[in-house]
Amino acid sequence: MDWLLYAGADPVHKILLMLIAIVLFVVLMGIILFVVDRPRNPSRWFVGFGFTGAALLLLLLGLVYPAIRTIINSFMNRNSTEFVGLDNYIVAFTEPRFLVVLGNTALWVLVAPLAATFLGLVYAYLVDKSRFEALAKGLVFLPMAISMVGASIIWKFVYEFKPAGVNQTGLLNQFIVWLGGEPQQFLIGRPLNTFLIMVVFVWIQAGFAMTLLSASIKAIPDDIVEAARLDGVSGFGMFWRITIPSIRPALVVVLTTIAMTTLKTFDIVRTMTAGQYGTSIVALEFYDQRFRQNEAGLSAALAVLLFVIVVPVIIYNVRQQRLSEDVR
Amino acid sequence: MSTVKTADAVPEVPRRTSNLSNRARKARKALSNPWASTLAVVIAIIWTVPTVGLLVTSFRPELDIRQSGWWTVFGSAFAGEGVFSLRNYEAALFDGSTNLAVFFINSFVVTLPAVFIPITLALLAAYGFAWVDFKGSDFLFIAVFALQIVPIQITLVPLLSAYVDLGINGSFWTIWLSHSIFALPLAIFLLHNFMKEIPRSLVEAARMDGAGHVQVFFRVMLPLLTPALAAFAIFQFLWVWNDLLVALVMGDLNTFPLTVRVAELAGSRGGDWHLLSAGAFISMIVPLIVFLSLQRYFVRGLLAGSVKG
Repeated sequence: MDWLLYAGADPVHKILLMLIAIVLFVVLMGIILFVVDRPRNPSRWFVGFGFTGAALLLLLLGLVYPAIRTIINSFMNRNSTEFVGLDNYIVAFTEPRFLVVLGNTALWVLVAPLAATFLGLVYAYLVDKSRFEALAKGLVFLPMAISMVGASIIWKFVYEFKPAGVNQTGLLNQFIVWLGGEPQQFLIGRPLNTFLIMVVFVWIQAGFAMTLLSASIKAIPDDIVEAARLDGVSGFGMFWRITIPSIRPALVVVLTTIAMTTLKTFDIVRTMTAGQYGTSIVALEFYDQRFRQNEAGLSAALAVLLFVIVVPVIIYNVRQQRLSEDVR
Repeated sequence: MSTVKTADAVPEVPRRTSNLSNRARKARKALSNPWASTLAVVIAIIWTVPTVGLLVTSFRPELDIRQSGWWTVFGSAFAGEGVFSLRNYEAALFDGSTNLAVFFINSFVVTLPAVFIPITLALLAAYGFAWVDFKGSDFLFIAVFALQIVPIQITLVPLLSAYVDLGINGSFWTIWLSHSIFALPLAIFLLHNFMKEIPRSLVEAARMDGAGHVQVFFRVMLPLLTPALAAFAIFQFLWVWNDLLVALVMGDLNTFPLTVRVAELAGSRGGDWHLLSAGAFISMIVPLIVFLSLQRYFVRGLLAGSVKG
């Protein structure tokens, strides 16, 4: 049994386990399909649950139940043995340390999606008229394939600091020195450091925004554009009065989608500063409280908080998506 | 915004031709003005410079990295002095202290089942919801759809303690299972939407010929769903390969993928840019290849509203 569970450090064993997992799963699916197909006149209920049952069971045990547990734990003490009411939430909303975290999170949710969407929009509009469309789009889109850890390392190197007088190795400080300034330790000073960390996120997400917005700009019917042109609309007026209103649903979807990603992202802050120098956000604090401070109750409360902030954003998103589908 | 205004200068398209949309298309072509093109290219270059900087660095000797900026190589390479080598990659992959080769294998072992299992499960479930008209199917489908709002943070800790209770914590199985669970709501939703678009007549024709649900699933649905499957597979691949949170919470030293190890290096050896730069690119190379070779499907998936939160 242990052989099937743990591979230890042996790479061959690991790969064997991987193959076994896939084969086992194929066999399992085969059995399910075989059973579903067996009866002559199966009831619809039987067939329906044959197809959906495995997934539903996993979701119930792996998503619904743990979520409820976390909500319960958020009202319990640090090792989930005693009911403490709203204490964890009170701590999260009153202690100065956590107020910084909440403030940063609010800043992230407000600034990062707007910045990424704005850049994506401007770029999509520019590129629509560009001769090198495919290449230019590809380069901006590429960071989407990079892990947030990798992206953070790329940008940490841009922000690298060497004392004045020594050769700079970070590009940003080199620019400052070239312009006659003093090199800075960018990731230490609040509140600039939070914005500089956001740059990494925006760098990744702008490509996403650009792709979706570019597609909906191209979907604007030609006759609308032409009619506006005949009416003498052009230049910035075209962008503001024709393009923006035509792609409004897509804009909202992009904005809210990035906002949701922002809330759940913890890799970037963790890799850049590990939450030091007043840069922590709720998604990271949740992890630190649970796995570093062993504060299960507080950590659960932060997770619930994350959920509570996400819900309205998602509801708005879904409604907008419905609307845009109606238009289509 | 100045570039937008230059659109004024574009000559009017002749109004004689009858086909309005054709003319509009021409007008758009004519709009490809040099200012927009230039600015677009400049932005694209700015976007790429940070990556290029780290890439160049990853091939430079350790001492050079400490002593001068990566941009200086272009000068010295011109003078015939530039020294590039794969030494950093060798050190990052095989040196005892970093040993990324081991974690590279872990990344593969974690990712492949975590892509394959949820897609298969979601395919079955999506078919059940889309084409088997059973009692409660609508309600259950909406419930699955709604589960997309559950952030993984809220489920992680109890899931981990469940694994501990079962005695399977720290194995690859928990990671595969967790990724599969988290992927299901979106995967089911997406594949369901694609399946619904398959014409009813096609399915009914097959059923008239005596095909059961399983045959319809394999003979009619699967072949038509290939693009959708490709799109979701790329998503899930990038998501799992690049994931840090699940790997960190569920795994241990024997299962950690590259992301965990590279993030750890960034914390413990933040100044060793020869290792960090090479390590970062070792962790990026596979998703970049997947992404570049299958970008078409990825974009299509994005546009189909498949957005992983």
